[in-house]
Amino acid sequence: MTSYSYNYGFLDEQTKKEIRRKLLQAVAIPGYQVPYGSREMPIARGWGTGGLQITLSIIGKQDTLKVIDQGCDFSVNACNLRNFIAATTGNTVTTDTAEASIVQTRHRIPEEAMREDQILVFQVPYPEILRWVEPSERETRRMHAERDYGKLWVFLYEDIVRWGEITLSYRYPVLVNQRYAMDPSPIPRHDVPKLHQAETLFLFGAGREKRLYAVPPYTEVVPLQFEDYHFTVENFGGQPCRSCGSTSSYLNEVYDSETNERYFSCSDTSHCAKNSQGAIRHE
Amino acid sequence: MLSVSNLSKIYGSGCGLCLELTGPGVGSNICPKCHSIVACARIDLDVYPGEIVGIVGESGSGKSTLIKLLHFDQAPTSGYAYLQGFEDGQVDMFAVSNQKKRWLRNYQLGIVYQNPNAGLNMEFSCGGNIADKLIAADWYNYTRIRSRAAELLQKTELPVQRMDELPKRFSGGMQQRVQIAKALANNPPLLLLDEVTTGLDVSVQAQVLRLIRQIQSALQIAMVVVSHDFAVIRMLTERTLVMRNGRVVESGLTDQVMEDPHHPYTQLLINSML
Repeated sequence: MTSYSYNYGFLDEQTKKEIRRKLLQAVAIPGYQVPYGSREMPIARGWGTGGLQITLSIIGKQDTLKVIDQGCDFSVNACNLRNFIAATTGNTVTTDTAEASIVQTRHRIPEEAMREDQILVFQVPYPEILRWVEPSERETRRMHAERDYGKLWVFLYEDIVRWGEITLSYRYPVLVNQRYAMDPSPIPRHDVPKLHQAETLFLFGAGREKRLYAVPPYTEVVPLQFEDYHFTVENFGGQPCRSCGSTSSYLNEVYDSETNERYFSCSDTSHCAKNSQGAIRHE
Repeated sequence: MLSVSNLSKIYGSGCGLCLELTGPGVGSNICPKCHSIVACARIDLDVYPGEIVGIVGESGSGKSTLIKLLHFDQAPTSGYAYLQGFEDGQVDMFAVSNQKKRWLRNYQLGIVYQNPNAGLNMEFSCGGNIADKLIAADWYNYTRIRSRAAELLQKTELPVQRMDELPKRFSGGMQQRVQIAKALANNPPLLLLDEVTTGLDVSVQAQVLRLIRQIQSALQIAMVVVSHDFAVIRMLTERTLVMRNGRVVESGLTDQVMEDPHHPYTQLLINSML
């Protein structure tokens, strides 16, 4: 199905140009939130319009696209975005991370290690990590400008006081290139270390909040942690994925109400399928 | 160690004649021409190491504004200030970047406000409020932050076991002591106290004043104490400035000012004491 009434990639060329220009700025200042004129899209704001606009702005005829939602290629959000992009560009789509040149994601980084020639586009609901502690936008901008992140640290301190550990399970604050505190989008803690010194370019788009930011390849991305209370990733008690047997991937806990059984399975479905067939490039 | 000169703060547009048309001479700090408010006008102030300087005056005399200017809570209209611990007292601390001002605030200054809401984040625990100041001075070790906070609470005579409670559950006197603990966290050479005992009942007032004196004698911290209460000033300070309508109308040794006030306004203040 090819659309004759829309420009290639739905957005008009001026809009794409603006977004690309803002992306260049974002790459030049890793972790800094660049404001941009987020357009109305044929899906509601908050459903991935930020990531979608980035993808549509950077995609070219030769690109192969993959879209995931919490690691899954086949959820409603992923299917609709993928179908929309395919319909307005005519590009090839895939579910295989290794085959894709652009991966758009909601709340996960694929398990399979990504390469230099790939780009990962994140859909971001709340780009401002300081929103955990500060409601005023003017104030958070001042805090970023002055690298004043004390409040965020106290927030972590209070968490340890109350629970004996840092309980943030998603949107874990990271410091990019020793300068900007950044919201890594609601990826699980399991994925946060993958941002550090990665081969891949990471682009983040928040459509509703009209911000985009980036982590260029080989950039230092460090989770905020106290010297004596370290950042840790999720622990699944050594349980393997029931389908592929992986113990290193991020797992979902599944409850089967018919058999009354609890088990774990990979969140990244395409990785799980490939792993079952023994076709994975390991780091 | 602190030298302030010609410090002025005008709220409003200012017309160039504001400083001439206001002051104790005319009994007003509102400029009749442009209706700007002259909160502080051409204030000179010197503080020496380990000394306590008092600033006394009625409400609206500009004493709290002076403290806020010194703590960078507000920007002055004009004036200079030099602090010994900053660039060897050679650089005007009002002229530097916000980052440097923040450094000054975290490493060189401590402040205790009249209203604990202004100095404490009531959503953070008592220890968290102290941690805030320590983290600002690059403390990133949880255990060390905890032990330092406990030490400060002991020093300010607060029960250490209540460290993890929210300060909004504390009494006024305790909140004031949490503020003092926070202000002392990084051993600042200069402490600014703005009406610390106002609103506390007399016995608690006495406790807080005793605490301030103990800290001063033990740590040799210089302090600027603002109060409208001559009793507080007499108990704490060696030197005093009397302010009215944004001006310093009289200054000298506290005993001297109190026993032999020269300016009519000072005489009025002394005579009004209960």
